[in-house]
Amino acid sequence: MSSPGPALARGDTTPAERGPEAVRVTLSVNGTEHEIHIEPRVSLLDALRERLDLTGAKKGCDQGTCGACTVWVDGRRALACLTLAVTCEGHEITTVEGLSADAEPHPLQRAFMEQDAFQCGYCTPGQIMSAAALLDEGHARDDAEIKEWMSGNICRCAAYPNIRAAIRAVRDQT
Amino acid sequence: MRTITYLRATDTAGAVEAVSSDPTSDYLAGGTTEVDLLRQEVLNPRRLVDINDLPLNGIEGTPEGGLRIGALARMSEVAAHPVVRERFPVLAQALESGASPQLRNMASMGGNLLQRVRCSYFRDAESPCNKREPGTGCSALAGFSRGHAVLGTSEHCIATHPSDLAVALVALDAHVRTLGPRGERAYPADEFFLLPGDSPHREHPMEHGELITGIEVPATDPARRSLYLKVRDRASYEFALVSVAAALSVVDGSVADVRLALGGVATTPWRARRAEDFLVGAAADADAFGMAARVEMADAQPTPMNAFKVELARRTIVRALRTLTGGREADPGTGSPT
Ligand SMILES: Cc1cc2nc3c(=O)[nH]c(=O)nc-3n(C[C@H](O)[C@H](O)[C@H](O)COP(=O)(O)OP(=O)(O)OC[C@H]3O[C@@H](n4cnc5c(N)ncnc54)[C@H](O)[C@@H]3O)c2cc1C
Ligand code: SF4
Ligand code: FES
Ligand code: FES
Repeated sequence: MSSPGPALARGDTTPAERGPEAVRVTLSVNGTEHEIHIEPRVSLLDALRERLDLTGAKKGCDQGTCGACTVWVDGRRALACLTLAVTCEGHEITTVEGLSADAEPHPLQRAFMEQDAFQCGYCTPGQIMSAAALLDEGHARDDAEIKEWMSGNICRCAAYPNIRAAIRAVRDQT
Repeated sequence: MRTITYLRATDTAGAVEAVSSDPTSDYLAGGTTEVDLLRQEVLNPRRLVDINDLPLNGIEGTPEGGLRIGALARMSEVAAHPVVRERFPVLAQALESGASPQLRNMASMGGNLLQRVRCSYFRDAESPCNKREPGTGCSALAGFSRGHAVLGTSEHCIATHPSDLAVALVALDAHVRTLGPRGERAYPADEFFLLPGDSPHREHPMEHGELITGIEVPATDPARRSLYLKVRDRASYEFALVSVAAALSVVDGSVADVRLALGGVATTPWRARRAEDFLVGAAADADAFGMAARVEMADAQPTPMNAFKVELARRTIVRALRTLTGGREADPGTGSPT
């Protein structure tokens, strides 16, 4: 989250204060640029869900304690509820809707179905975004490591053993 | 949540100027404390000055064997850095034991040191709380205090300092570098975190608008043999009930040098100097470790709800030191995840 934002990229050296009323914000989500009008206080989670109709990321707690809102910012997993949308200009957001480039489900989505890795499904998009990042990070070498590095995603239905099974299945495919 | 305005700073001096000239402006780094507490209306700035584009995210080893970390380096980046892992295992472990992978990707070094207490009365924005609203009283004293501090408390506030990183930095004699309207400063980590005394709303010596620019960790002999042991209510994604940052050198069976700091039990990241003084020159064995732990915790002032922390802290100190001397392995799940 530390690469130069649009203000720098444009060589525009006089930063302007924006808000508190709605301002124009350009978000790049799943490879598409969107222009929306939001107040600076709006979270990335609310911008995605309420403005862009991307309702995959869920609001479990809105205070960073559950992981249901997990998305990627520049390819790294992050919590959309504690991120202000306006800070994401110049960064690439990926949500569960954009995880798979084609219409086919991502291998993890398939593995979650095969391993029955959910009950109510509320935590699932966050689990999947976190799990896909976990595999990229190389933090899935054994079950203890998967447990530790998936601990930011709480499952109220306690589907944890099956979530780990789904992660192992994809890890072992590759 | 109240409305805010937003300014994305493009240079460090400009950011300092913007915030120090306006008491209603706050810096915004990873936002994991700031946005959370804005939403709870515990913090009510008019304007956020986003510092994430500032060039303060370097992590580098110094030729002398120390470490320099920019204030905007993320917890995950610092923890993963090979120089940090090799020279200062306690630091990497403290970082990886904190929060969650998502939060660690967001949270910065500077923000971590300035995170606010997790006391539920502070966070609810309503209860009397001397830290949030000076002079209103402390709801925790007669309230729910299981997670609160037993060392460094005052009759005005007993909230525990929540940072794991800070505990490691205090043990390592790190310095916090800042840039304020009156220029650069460097604070010893141990003096950066203030005891609550009769002014619990003052948590650090910086003036408004002073920007943390980085952290410096000096080379320390025992640091290569160091660890962070965190004990908590669940195995991960939880603040400490007790944590210990420890570094030790043993020569001919006795303690040549030791660094010890405690988290989860004090109102500041607590350098355990009494235990250190006791240990230097003593035999590096369980008896001496137990005595040192007893000496350190002798002045603890628990509440009925958190009295368990005194014994838990003693045991955690002993286990950390025994683990470093090869006496016993740390249980998985309470030490470093990796
Ligand atoms: C659910 C949850 C669990 C957590 N668990 C842990 C844990 O186990 N251990 C732990 O240590 N932490 C834990 N944290 C706290 C987390 O580590 C901090 O919130 C985080 O480090 C703050 O960094 P940030 O960059 O997000 O700061 P921000 O939220 O952006 O800023 C925090 C404060 O510091 C100020 N600020 C930020 N950067 C600077 C700077 N460079 N100079 C001056 N002022 C600055 C801001 O104005 C703000 O007041 C947890 C947080 C959450 C939400
Ligand atoms: S312990 Fe400190 S933070 Fe908690 S209510 Fe008392 S004064 Fe406020
Ligand atoms: S909704 Fe973001 S962590 Fe719970
Ligand atoms: S499947 Fe219900 S919360 Fe995880």
